[in-house]
Amino acid sequence: MTPEQLLYAKTHEWVHVETDPSGAKIATVGLSAFALEVLTDLVYIELPEVGRQVEAGASFGEIESVKAVSDLFSPVDGEIVEVNPDAADGLDRLADDPYGAGWLVKIKITDESGLSELLDYAAYRKQCEEEMEEQG
Amino acid sequence: MMSSGQPLLKTPLCDWHVEHGARMVEFAGWSMPVQYTSIIHEHLATRAACGIADISHMGRLRFEGPGAAVFLAELLTRRVGGLGLNQIRYSLVTNEQGGILDDVLVGYYHNAHGQPYYVMVVNASNRRKIVDWVDAHLPPERAEAPGEEVVWSDVTRLWAMFAIQGPRALDLLQPLVDVDLASMKYYNGAQVRILHPAAQRQGGIISRTGYTGEDGFELSVGASIARGVWEVVMEMGKPLGAVPTGIGARDTLRLEAGMPLYGHELSEATHPFQAGLGYTCYLTGYDFPGRDALKRLEKEPFESKLVGLELGGRRPARGDCPILAGDEPVGRTTSGTYSPTLQKPIALGYVRLDHAEPGTELAIDVRGRPAPARVVKLPFYRRRKGSNA
Repeated sequence: MTPEQLLYAKTHEWVHVETDPSGAKIATVGLSAFALEVLTDLVYIELPEVGRQVEAGASFGEIESVKAVSDLFSPVDGEIVEVNPDAADGLDRLADDPYGAGWLVKIKITDESGLSELLDYAAYRKQCEEEMEEQG
Repeated sequence: MMSSGQPLLKTPLCDWHVEHGARMVEFAGWSMPVQYTSIIHEHLATRAACGIADISHMGRLRFEGPGAAVFLAELLTRRVGGLGLNQIRYSLVTNEQGGILDDVLVGYYHNAHGQPYYVMVVNASNRRKIVDWVDAHLPPERAEAPGEEVVWSDVTRLWAMFAIQGPRALDLLQPLVDVDLASMKYYNGAQVRILHPAAQRQGGIISRTGYTGEDGFELSVGASIARGVWEVVMEMGKPLGAVPTGIGARDTLRLEAGMPLYGHELSEATHPFQAGLGYTCYLTGYDFPGRDALKRLEKEPFESKLVGLELGGRRPARGDCPILAGDEPVGRTTSGTYSPTLQKPIALGYVRLDHAEPGTELAIDVRGRPAPARVVKLPFYRRRKGSNA
């Protein structure tokens, strides 16, 4: 996946939606390169169990750096169907491939209406630039 | 605490930090670099070679005049009147109840003309409070008492201060100063000449002190030459593996070294004995604010004391997490982080005395879920000692 092909939540999660053979919409979710760059020094991640129901805008886990803990927010309503088994032990490698091997969870979408709330790449980039400005 | 919306104070190196990719954050009213690359990288570089930090936000108060020694002796818990030339002491400022207003370093120096003066280094977050406290205890009639005059000023903005910490710090700094650093003892300092044109013939103060658990030095130079000297130090440090370090690594380094931070381990609600700082309190001789209260507190049993905790797992606790023995709350953390050296989470906290022995197995409630934690002896990290430090 290239970043241009993805959708983004304002809270820096990326989403890639595919239709599985049964016709269900599956969202693969990860953290953007920008977010990983800002976090740095990751030491811990808490991901949900398969089967857990998640809600758009609500926390589904947490990621922790030396400095602080941040919530992971679900970009969609649905059910966790897969969790990246390598994420917890490969935190320092997440930033190497944030949009590929660095995916975090797959969510079977139960309500697609939330997808329209997500940002495209251009809009997300603009948001990141604004955040950088505020920081600097 | 600073009210938000007030413009942040900038150290003389603020532009340098931004130009070198630092992420700037608000700290005690100052704009400070939290990190340049990564906290873990900067932390480990300090332990392995040398970390160079801008600590110009630390408050510096300068005292001189014939009454300065007695005035400071009557302000601080530790006798600083008896300091020999170039000696430095760690001391506390306490209120009348014996609560800790600040923890400070006081050094005694002579300027180039042989005039004695004291420098008191206070926490950035407490600078205004301590300035007011000094003012309140030094009314004009006292400051101008004939033969016992005290002249003082807050020189924080006039002087930059760098912390140069780690096993290569001595090698880095020696060519820059006209004193033999190897023979300088820990908690000693000196007024020095800086042997580089960037200093424009100005002097500075160097001391063998720090907040990292490493051998190292703190160097103060005038604000107008700060950037020039800083760039020279950086350039000379490069071949030794020195890196600039932000306040992120400063916090993880001091935590591993088991050093308290005001606002976390120390506050007006804590007294020195609980914090393990009884050794800084000289309760005979000079009368300082809080002395009588401390005399009483010294004899009273107290409920909890400051301990170190090592956590199982990788999930760090932060400050203000409940500490549990089974289901029973027996304390609270004051600071916590992931230790880059030990590669596990560590925390400091106050624990009820009956659970404070090293080896005691406890738990820390980290956002609603308990993490196993064991009381350990402080510091978490102790460097292998070299010859002099």
